Amino acid sequence: MSDAAYPTQWRRPPMMVKSRFWRIALTVGAIIYLVLALGTIEVNYARVVEGLSRAQRFVAGFLQPDFTSRSRDIWIGIAESLTMTFTSTVVGVLISIPIGLGAARNIAPRAVYLVCRSIIAVSRSLQEVIIAIFFVALFGFGAFAGFLTLSFATIGFIGKLLAEDIEDIDEAQAEAIRATGASWVQLVNYGIQPQVMPRLIGLSLYRLDINFRESAVIGIVGAGGIGGTLNTALGRYEYDTAGAILLIIIAIVMVAEYSSGYLRRFLK
Amino acid sequence: MSMATPQTAVWHHRTPKTRLAMWAGWLACVALFVWCWEMMTERTIWAFVYDAPVAANDLLGRAFPPKWDYIERLLWPLWDTMNIATLGTLLGIVLAVPLAFLAASNTTPSRHILRPAALFLIVASRSINSLIWALLLVSILGPGILAGIIAIGLRSVGFIGKLLYEAIEETDIRQIEAVTATGASQAQILNYGIVPQVLPTFFGISVFRWDINIRESAILGLVGAGGIGLQLQASMSVLAWNQVSLILLVILGTVVVSEWVSAKVRHAII
Repeated sequence: MSDAAYPTQWRRPPMMVKSRFWRIALTVGAIIYLVLALGTIEVNYARVVEGLSRAQRFVAGFLQPDFTSRSRDIWIGIAESLTMTFTSTVVGVLISIPIGLGAARNIAPRAVYLVCRSIIAVSRSLQEVIIAIFFVALFGFGAFAGFLTLSFATIGFIGKLLAEDIEDIDEAQAEAIRATGASWVQLVNYGIQPQVMPRLIGLSLYRLDINFRESAVIGIVGAGGIGGTLNTALGRYEYDTAGAILLIIIAIVMVAEYSSGYLRRFLK
Repeated sequence: MSMATPQTAVWHHRTPKTRLAMWAGWLACVALFVWCWEMMTERTIWAFVYDAPVAANDLLGRAFPPKWDYIERLLWPLWDTMNIATLGTLLGIVLAVPLAFLAASNTTPSRHILRPAALFLIVASRSINSLIWALLLVSILGPGILAGIIAIGLRSVGFIGKLLYEAIEETDIRQIEAVTATGASQAQILNYGIVPQVLPTFFGISVFRWDINIRESAILGLVGAGGIGLQLQASMSVLAWNQVSLILLVILGTVVVSEWVSAKVRHAII
């Protein structure tokens, strides 16, 4: 072996993919995909140019939002969204507690476990908007369909996280309660509830936050709330009202995020 | 906490005052719930609600069996949906990476001006759902997948930006100091000290967001932003529920596959 075999320059080793062949193959594949995918974008430039003046008006509307001329519609939308958010979170959490208990492997029998897990899987795999479409078709337009949608989505979210939390509890405490001859209900009440309660409250507050965001969206398909008002405002090309609604949504989301974060730290 | 007053023989977990306060708290919650419920259902037409079982029966009867041969007309929209999600994620990454470096407290060039601005952009992007972004962009750019891509991209900025700047803030300071001690420039510190530490997290976040974006892009068509949602909207407006059920099955299948892919990739990286 001669000296030339030793490199005098340091080169950084590849960070992600070790084999040279796969690095090249992945790069080439990515480039081919990008060319194909970008090729399918059809842009109607005449329409875009026409839209630019609208974009300008939208930005202007955002900078000078109009809260007053449609204030009644906005107020109804906000009130519907907020009440829908709160009631659906409460109902969703209440229903998800038994389902979460049933979906925890360490305290539920196998048959119950499978049923509860499949309820959770169904609730989680469907988008809120798709559920909302169905509930609007079944229960008519308005906040009630939205309330059902958000409750249904809450069940999957809280149920899954609660079940995982119960599966992770300190078994020693549950064992101690069992050793006193406690029934199943007493075991849940004294052995498990104190361990998971702080996290359950935190999750509920987090879900409240998510439900408000979602309530702004499901209104677009007719399930009540501020989304419907926004859709109407954009349909009428009233960008100043739309800007006002968006600003209100951002403000409420920010307040909800900070206060729920603060509350969760306080409850810990 | 567990103050047993001498008079009572029975042990109580909480003092009477705390119990009273908790009781008042629960009462307030219930009262708020009832008040909200009243306000929410003010405008509900109960006849439709009572009619729901009949409607559900009717709907299910029309929806099954799904119209299988409609699948030919779904393949192209499905490809569009994949493109919206992937290109949207790429757009989100391109916008989010610089924002994340501006927002992280250890890499930001100006703590008082650029950092709050970057944080505000990240929060604003996160608080507006991609469907609302799409609604805006369709009215500006016209219907089509371009609006969908930009909508997905703008929503992804907040998500990727937030998780990435938190990852940057959690980097190991010793590695950065070691690189600094060799006399490296700012760019070199970034390249050799920080990037290798956050790269696995970055890929994990991107793939995770891609998985979420597949779900979101499936419904963007409802407001005209391209993809399989357009077909969903068209089928619903002609009440072709057997097509709707097939579309939902296709969406569900795509979501399951993308979730599997993203779990595999994340497992391989981390």
